Amino acid sequence: MRVEQIAVFLENKSGRLAEITGVLADNNINIRALSVADTADFGILRLIVDKVDDAKKVLKENGFTVGKTNVIAVEVPDRIGGLATVLKTAEAEGLNVEYMYAFVNKSGENAVLIFRFDDMDKAIAALQKAQFTILSGDQVCAL
Amino acid sequence: MNWEEIETLPRPGLESIQLNRLQKLVHRVYETVAPYKAKMDEAGVKPGDIQSLADLRHLPFTTKDDLRDNYPFGLFTVPMDEVVRVHASSGTTGKPTVVGYTANDIQMWASVMGRALAMAGVTKSDMVHNSYGYGLFTGGLGAHYGAEYLGATVIPVSGGNTKRQITIMRDFGSTVLLATPSYALNLADTMADVGVSPEDLKLRVGIHGAEPWSENMREEVERKLGIKAVDIYGLSEVIGPGVAMECLQSDHGLHVLEDHFLPEIVDPDTFEPLPYGEAGELVFTTLTKEAFPIIRYRTKDISRLIVEPCGCGRTLVRMEKVTGRTDDMLIIRGVNVFPSQVEHVLMGVEGVEPHYQLEVNRQGNLDTMSVLVEVSENVFSDEIKVLENLTKKIQVEIKDLLGVTCAVKLVEPRTIQRSEGKAQRVIDNRKL
Repeated sequence: MRVEQIAVFLENKSGRLAEITGVLADNNINIRALSVADTADFGILRLIVDKVDDAKKVLKENGFTVGKTNVIAVEVPDRIGGLATVLKTAEAEGLNVEYMYAFVNKSGENAVLIFRFDDMDKAIAALQKAQFTILSGDQVCAL
Repeated sequence: MNWEEIETLPRPGLESIQLNRLQKLVHRVYETVAPYKAKMDEAGVKPGDIQSLADLRHLPFTTKDDLRDNYPFGLFTVPMDEVVRVHASSGTTGKPTVVGYTANDIQMWASVMGRALAMAGVTKSDMVHNSYGYGLFTGGLGAHYGAEYLGATVIPVSGGNTKRQITIMRDFGSTVLLATPSYALNLADTMADVGVSPEDLKLRVGIHGAEPWSENMREEVERKLGIKAVDIYGLSEVIGPGVAMECLQSDHGLHVLEDHFLPEIVDPDTFEPLPYGEAGELVFTTLTKEAFPIIRYRTKDISRLIVEPCGCGRTLVRMEKVTGRTDDMLIIRGVNVFPSQVEHVLMGVEGVEPHYQLEVNRQGNLDTMSVLVEVSENVFSDEIKVLENLTKKIQVEIKDLLGVTCAVKLVEPRTIQRSEGKAQRVIDNRKL
């Protein structure tokens, strides 16, 4: 019920993002979703890709600091209030969102929300109980 | 003999006072401090071997390592009951360098500092604005007692709160400013910001030390504050401020208070003493200190000794303004910083790689230090706050150990240049 995400450390200098995506493209790795978090001094690129271990390996080989973490992917109908219902459930359970990002799938009917909660097990249980659709890594990549 | 007489003695007279004091010192240190005795025995030299000032060369050197090895009080020559004060400065690997003073030492220190101030024309009629930091650092209290020794009025304002300092200078009529050169410039710039001009103040002379400064900086201080700016030299291992001082007439160099501190210049590679006029590492032997005398202390400062007479009439030898260091010590806002200390902090933070670099800049008049740290997989996280906590932790620990606020910059792995042999740990962009 968890999706593997890779995170890459980004120093604030030009061309780094292009370099990372270039490395992934050269190795035939498909990016399904991404977000960049940044501060004044550095950034963190978070990626969901089809071949997690390959991506991690090739980025490391190219000198990047790479980490692997688990996130939760929730599929909701792409309509007003979709995200709000998920967040309401999380809040009711006392869960904190460390970060999140979202994308809309190809058919355009559903949105996929990627979450990192402070307590991942509790989050999965709460979301399942509230009957949200939680996607596996394969499902995310198949969208 | 009063100090005006001592300072103008013909050299042979002064040298006989020095030799007499040196011989007594060497005997006392040999008999009372085991580490000194051990080093002298190892070098095969006995106190009785010191028959002339030239025999000084037979005595072993003392270094910061000796101070560290005998931390905190191992090199004191008197029981702690007789020690009335200690000061400390940062050491090379985390342990501070600790020095102690008897009541007589404090008096002697006040007298040399007072004499140093007198060289800049300070008298009991002056209002002395002392912006050196009070505390473990010798600057604040050392300067304070020296000004009191002359009977001047001291304003113990210490560092910081710059706007208030300007108000005090104006309202109290400060005539003498004691501050690091960079803080003096900071005061000048803040004055301009708050609309106080040098004409609003009674400042006449500034006495600046504790960090390296150039002739350009001197001109800037003099122009912006409308004062005469002079250089003072000292280090806690020898006593604190008051070891050497520029007089108002000197066109070159600072008079060493030679009746208490015996200077030498040695070749930085062979450690052989060099004649007057040649540049090398400055070495000091204290002649009269009781609690913490020191023999042939290697300062790592580069200078020259000038024996030619000075326009002021003093016969005290002059040391040239310090032009550099023989080691990698940095002085950041008056605080001594060794790259090894930063390394020590980083090694204590779990997961941090030993690859780092210090970047030193001068922004406006203040030194800034950034520590560049490579982000390894061990410390990396997908969450911003984890990395920010890491930089804060390093910052706090460096501040705790060194007393210097620095920026911590996370960089990608392998971006810090790996050099063959000695790593280049420091990039100093300051134009001194």
